[in-house]
Amino acid sequence: MSRTVLETRDLTMRFGGLVAVDRVSLQVEARQVHAIIGPNGAGKSTMINLLTGALRPTAGQILFYGRDITGMSPNRISHLGMGRSFQRTNVFPSFTCLENCRLASQSRLKNSFRFFRPAESYRQVTERAERALELCGLSHRRHTPAAAMSHGEQRQLEIGMVLATDPRFLVLDEPMAGMGQRESETLLELLRELNREYALILVEHDMDAVFSIADVLTVMVNGAVIASGPLDAVRNSEAVQHAYLGEADAVEEA
Amino acid sequence: MLDIPKSIRILLLLLTVLLACYPLWGEFFFGDRYEYYLQKLTFMMLLAILALSLDWLVGITGMVSIAQAAFFGVAGYTLVMLTPEFAAANVWVVLPAALVMAALAALVIGLLVIRTHGIFFIMATIAFSQMLYYLFHDAPFFGGSDGIYMFFRPEVSIGGVQLLNLEDRQTRFFIALVSLVAIYLLLRVMLRAPFGRVLRGIKENETRMRALGYNPLFYKLAAFVIAGTIAGYAGFLYTVQDAFVDPSAVSWTLSAHALVMVILGGLGTLFGPVLGAFAFEWLHYGFSNVTRHWELPLGIVVILMVLLLPRGIAGLLLDLSNRIPERKPDPAPAQGKGAAEAKPPIRETTKEARP
Amino acid sequence: MDLSLFLIQTLNGVQYGLLLFLIASGLTLIFGIMHIINLAHGALYMVGAYLAFWLTSLVGNLFLAIILALPIALMMGILIERFLIRHLYARAHLDQVLLTFGLILIFNALQSIIWGNDVHSVPVPEWLNHSVALTDNLRYPVYRLFISGVCITIAIGMYLLIQRTRLGMIVRAGADDREMVRSLGVNINRVYTLVFAAGTALAAFAGMIASPVSSVYPGMGESVLILAFVVVVIGGIGSIKGAFLGALLVGLTATWGTVLAPNFASAAVYALMAIVLLFKPRGLFA
Repeated sequence: MSRTVLETRDLTMRFGGLVAVDRVSLQVEARQVHAIIGPNGAGKSTMINLLTGALRPTAGQILFYGRDITGMSPNRISHLGMGRSFQRTNVFPSFTCLENCRLASQSRLKNSFRFFRPAESYRQVTERAERALELCGLSHRRHTPAAAMSHGEQRQLEIGMVLATDPRFLVLDEPMAGMGQRESETLLELLRELNREYALILVEHDMDAVFSIADVLTVMVNGAVIASGPLDAVRNSEAVQHAYLGEADAVEEA
Repeated sequence: MLDIPKSIRILLLLLTVLLACYPLWGEFFFGDRYEYYLQKLTFMMLLAILALSLDWLVGITGMVSIAQAAFFGVAGYTLVMLTPEFAAANVWVVLPAALVMAALAALVIGLLVIRTHGIFFIMATIAFSQMLYYLFHDAPFFGGSDGIYMFFRPEVSIGGVQLLNLEDRQTRFFIALVSLVAIYLLLRVMLRAPFGRVLRGIKENETRMRALGYNPLFYKLAAFVIAGTIAGYAGFLYTVQDAFVDPSAVSWTLSAHALVMVILGGLGTLFGPVLGAFAFEWLHYGFSNVTRHWELPLGIVVILMVLLLPRGIAGLLLDLSNRIPERKPDPAPAQGKGAAEAKPPIRETTKEARP
Repeated sequence: MDLSLFLIQTLNGVQYGLLLFLIASGLTLIFGIMHIINLAHGALYMVGAYLAFWLTSLVGNLFLAIILALPIALMMGILIERFLIRHLYARAHLDQVLLTFGLILIFNALQSIIWGNDVHSVPVPEWLNHSVALTDNLRYPVYRLFISGVCITIAIGMYLLIQRTRLGMIVRAGADDREMVRSLGVNINRVYTLVFAAGTALAAFAGMIASPVSSVYPGMGESVLILAFVVVVIGGIGSIKGAFLGALLVGLTATWGTVLAPNFASAAVYALMAIVLLFKPRGLFA
């Protein structure tokens, strides 16, 4: 049960003189929801870019299912089973929902140097795409171009595309960003659903959401981890209350 | 983008039939000038293939290349260089050779430029195509700026039996037409296939494609080589038609003209650039008949086009076809633009054809 | 190979390179700051040369002609930016390519209409029309040295302007972050107009001072445009330092190429670019 899915060892990223991520060591176990929170500029997004290969760390190591993936390209990491959703909606606007997911699903073919048979005729690809659409709750929108959908639906599709790549592990960058109350709840439900199968890393600003779903909480400030551990322990730790949650609560209740 | 509205498909079919029948009606309309326009139309169709190949790069894959003429010209030079001075070359030798040379040139230039983006990519393609230009221009071996004539067009025969006579104008006209249609259909098929989807994905969002597990470099390089080879095929036929090649076939100006054809016709629609090629050449021809300074009105048209008609002719047609109600159960085609009644425009979402 | 030939070719190469720098620096600034690709940059070089030829034949003196021509070039830059380029900031590079290609066509036609298609020469000003002895049996035209001197002066001035002044700061910031410039309360449109006009004027000015050496002919802008592209690709977009180094490299390669391998001289420059791209796909100073 407690198999380690992802582990970072002293992961560090410097941009010139700025240390964006400072010797971060994390562990994500199977079926865990590991939330990373922190104020803007804490290095959460950089962290995600490091994990998924979009950035190459200055120092440190990333192990994915025990395999060293430090410095690998995003496409290779994706093929190892890490699925990444983006903070800014990153769907293909002129594609329909189904086409979006199919393009994602098609990436699991050995290659896409297939020039003649129509993409629709690849049964497995389409089936996987349909399944992902169903999971993210967009089956009824399959033929709608992504550009014509609401922001919330695009966020759902964003996750649907990740699912269509048949991942073993999800890295979600602020999936609730810019969502209304009801949309957030739908998405949260989806995340719970996904959590039955997948371990996931969740970077999120919506504290209520984080507290309701996370197993492990890591708090980052200025690139460094100031606290990390089981949700309740971290939530109640003084340092965190002080450094981060206090302010956030104060703002939210104001 | 994948499915062309029926009304446009019918229009394209009609235009193709009209073009194919030119030998029937041409003489009646143009009299003495029949032969001249036959040649002109052949050239236009070959340039349309060039524009089509460029649309595959710019409109489908999102790579703004200004090197397309380089591959066009390389194939042309290959043909002329391999043709003996006093005999016809064997088409089964020179055609593959020309295509291979064009593909090789595309592969080498592609490998160098593929990692660059945006403005950098544009400049690098222009510069490398200009390198080939100077190679042909400066080396006396290639005939320099005067170019080289080809006194015999290639022979198309199997086992001593002549299949086609390339010296015949009408034959060349039909070869160009069949090639244009075939390449258009081939690209449409590829667009629907997984490969085409990946290229479209790369155009819309390369970072996302990477995150989904694709390595865009391979696909971009493949697109570059495919487009270069098709341009080479156009260049081969163009040189057969012209029986002459000079460095202008490799020049970046020709690449830029092809780009204008693509935009004038409608970026990324494949059928648009074909129409664009005809429109551009027609303008070019029309203006140069009126004035020695044809570049002036042409330049003005290009600027106005960018500012006022960014979606090109295809954009106009697509808007127009949205006004024509599509009668779905009715098998009879809704013919003509007269059917544009005062109904509100229908925005049809693209429906997937399920197998 | 004797020493004097080496010396002359090197001097010519440096002079040619410095001239290319004037053209490429305008191009790279416009790319770097405005994110605009301007194919008509070479046409403006040509216009500069023709203006110099035409005004010199009217007033009889190249320098007076340049003084008269510069405001015209600046004005052209301002008008082009105001009425055409401004529509393109939010548009794809493709549209910029096409629109500025349209401009090339128009400039070529206007040149042919106004000045005809003959090749013209421009007299070197009297007081520079002699040569100096470099060694005992080698003399070198003073005017070419003068061109190099002017270009170096401008390069230094540009460097100081960008590194030391408020305007330079805005320009540098604009290259990195348009929003930031806006939030500083600077009128970004005015900065863009200024940058574009300055770049245009630099290209035209290069055409003017080069006119006595290169002569004045139709289509002279296009080969220069492509070489300026090569310079920018080698140096890296938006980098003045890169443009300077790239220009010297290209200038020397081109002049040496004509001596060593006349048939491949022009291709040598591109081979240089290919090598740079292989190892530094974003240029030397990106």
